[in-house]
Amino acid sequence: MRHIIAVLLENESGALARVVGLFAQRGYNIDSLTVAATEDPTMSRLTLVTRGDDQVIEQITKQLHKLIEVVKLVDLSESAHIERELMMVKVKASGDQREEVKRCADIFRGQIIDVSPTTYTIQVVGTSDKLEAFIEAMCNTQILEVVRTGVSGISRGEKALSL
Amino acid sequence: MSQQHQPELLSGGAMLIRALRDEGVEFVYGYPGGAVLHIYDALFQQTEVKHVLVRHEQAATHMADAYARASGKAGVVLVTSGPGATNAVTGIATAYMDSIPMVVICGQVMSHLIGDDAFQETDMLGISRPIVKHNMSVRNPADIPALVKKAFYIAQSGRPGPVVLDIPKDMTMPNQKFPYEYPKDIKLRSYNPNAKGHPGQIKKALQTLLAAKKPVLYAGGGVILGQASAELTELAQRLNLPVTNTLMGLGAYPATDPQFIGMLGMHGTYEANQVMHNADVIFAVGARFDDRVTNATKKFCPNATIIHIDIDPASISKTIMAHVPIVGLVKPVLQEMLHQLEKHGNTLDQAALGQWWQQIGQWREVHGGRFEHRTDLLKPQAVIEAVWRHTKGDAYVTSDVGQHQMFAAQYYKFDKPNRWINSGGLGTMGFGLPAAMGVKLHYPEAEVVCVTGEGSIQMNIQELSTCKQYGLGVKIINLNNGYLGMVKQWQDMNYDSRYSSSYMDSLPDFVKLAEAYGHVGIRVTSPEELEPALEKAFALKDKLVFLDIHVDPKEHVYPMQVPGGAMNDMFLSKTERT
Repeated sequence: MRHIIAVLLENESGALARVVGLFAQRGYNIDSLTVAATEDPTMSRLTLVTRGDDQVIEQITKQLHKLIEVVKLVDLSESAHIERELMMVKVKASGDQREEVKRCADIFRGQIIDVSPTTYTIQVVGTSDKLEAFIEAMCNTQILEVVRTGVSGISRGEKALSL
Repeated sequence: MSQQHQPELLSGGAMLIRALRDEGVEFVYGYPGGAVLHIYDALFQQTEVKHVLVRHEQAATHMADAYARASGKAGVVLVTSGPGATNAVTGIATAYMDSIPMVVICGQVMSHLIGDDAFQETDMLGISRPIVKHNMSVRNPADIPALVKKAFYIAQSGRPGPVVLDIPKDMTMPNQKFPYEYPKDIKLRSYNPNAKGHPGQIKKALQTLLAAKKPVLYAGGGVILGQASAELTELAQRLNLPVTNTLMGLGAYPATDPQFIGMLGMHGTYEANQVMHNADVIFAVGARFDDRVTNATKKFCPNATIIHIDIDPASISKTIMAHVPIVGLVKPVLQEMLHQLEKHGNTLDQAALGQWWQQIGQWREVHGGRFEHRTDLLKPQAVIEAVWRHTKGDAYVTSDVGQHQMFAAQYYKFDKPNRWINSGGLGTMGFGLPAAMGVKLHYPEAEVVCVTGEGSIQMNIQELSTCKQYGLGVKIINLNNGYLGMVKQWQDMNYDSRYSSSYMDSLPDFVKLAEAYGHVGIRVTSPEELEPALEKAFALKDKLVFLDIHVDPKEHVYPMQVPGGAMNDMFLSKTERT
């Protein structure tokens, strides 16, 4: 099962390496990982997408918790949450294709954020599924480059991961 | 502000040593080098913190580690950058696997050179990351006292472990001074290690235990680290529970007590493994269901309800699902259980327990730690029994890794905690001699015995020189069979006795070698020589005596669990299998 784990950790050098190292050492998967400082500059927030059965996920959260610099963490997939990912796709777009690409981007509520005589760069925001669906929809177009931020997640309602 | 409240101004190097003093550190084990010269100079200018110069940094880590195992306080290591630090890696990993508190101070190249592939530069934070509880680097000399405090706090609290403190050379400059004050307390928002155990879970655990008909108490190294032997013993005796200890837990429950059923696991006793397999309630205390205990996890103790106390939540339900988990320090949890028992005066079903003990008595008859007694050939088991007698069961015994380690675990009856000092998790050959040295330095009056083999001892034999320098009168019991015994045993059992690289040709004359280092060497080649040799060795109180004891090269360690089987699938000898 896919899980989204949000982690608050001390914004110290080496803290991220410890998290990534843990996954490598213990043979856990990382599908995606994003990290940046929070409103409190001494703390970073990390969102990690991983896969595993219940026992593996339990070990992952316990092992993460053991890291001295991990302040708090939550498995967002255990309750209602929102996930978003941002993707930028550069595609070949000339002649008739230009209209076709634009239409498709519109359907996915994507924005064309850069234009050249032969290319479009489209920004799409959504769940990972939606991003994948967009890439699929562009199958008749020559994709030059894809860049994704990885998933960020947050709980719905009043629940908050904070100190 | 009055003058006397002004903190003293000290250099980074001097602050480090002062902080160690204020932490109560008596000995630092290490080896100097370029990046730690300022620190060594600061050490030289005071007398309270003493330095022990080893011959290889690995030995420094094992000395510190063994001191911690014997005393319960963190051992301290000081090494230089680059090779000094990498030589310490095996010792750090050894401590990590056995949850031993240790603070390792590593020099580092100057801050501005980090990342330049400077002389003797290595990324020690990166290298040590997977084998430490935590590691830190000094960025500002003024932070040194706080970082030392943090290092000791992390190393010694919760589930203990090694902490590496990486110090670039420019952080210890003698001419840059800072106000020194050692913090009294420390609190980390991201680390809160001391759990007392959930009262509801403790109650549930007691109910489960009291309802058992075939209970067993399975106690591990956590009881020793958590200094809870007295509570464990009291609880076991109050409820008349059979007790088995893991390799790391030996001494947590007195081995000569009738309720002790021996070590469990791969080379555990027949009765301990049978009791585990047939138990209806397993009460695991500070043990971690290691693969050397459980054998095949799918076949593990099919009828047992498992109660598990551990300070590390990640150890609970990691390999074996716990039905009643309790996250907490072993000592307060056991105290609470005793308190509850006191209050309610409960006991187990005595008739069922009586039957269970009867069954255990029958299992005890099956193997009973038997081995062949010969008049023409020394048996390693007989040597350990003799050492146990000569030391009245009261020595600190360190070991290396292999057959001799298992024989020591099986045949030296440890009645006290912190006496059996071995590398259980990592299985580090070369551990035994430096470990014995670490203990002897702190307990000069105590009898300290290193049980080793001719393979292991040669992995840190250079430390005989350190022993000479510091007058460390340890007794080395070298069970010399000319082979890497445990490798050979597996080759006998699984590879049709093809002894691929397990035979040691060209062994040194250990007696002469010991003498060359200024010690006493005694060779024992036949059973009748053993007693007088031991007598002589233990009479030479302050001398290091190297007993090179030639034992039966064909001997195997039994019982031995059948790989891939249940706990009670065992070989009992070369010809018997359960």
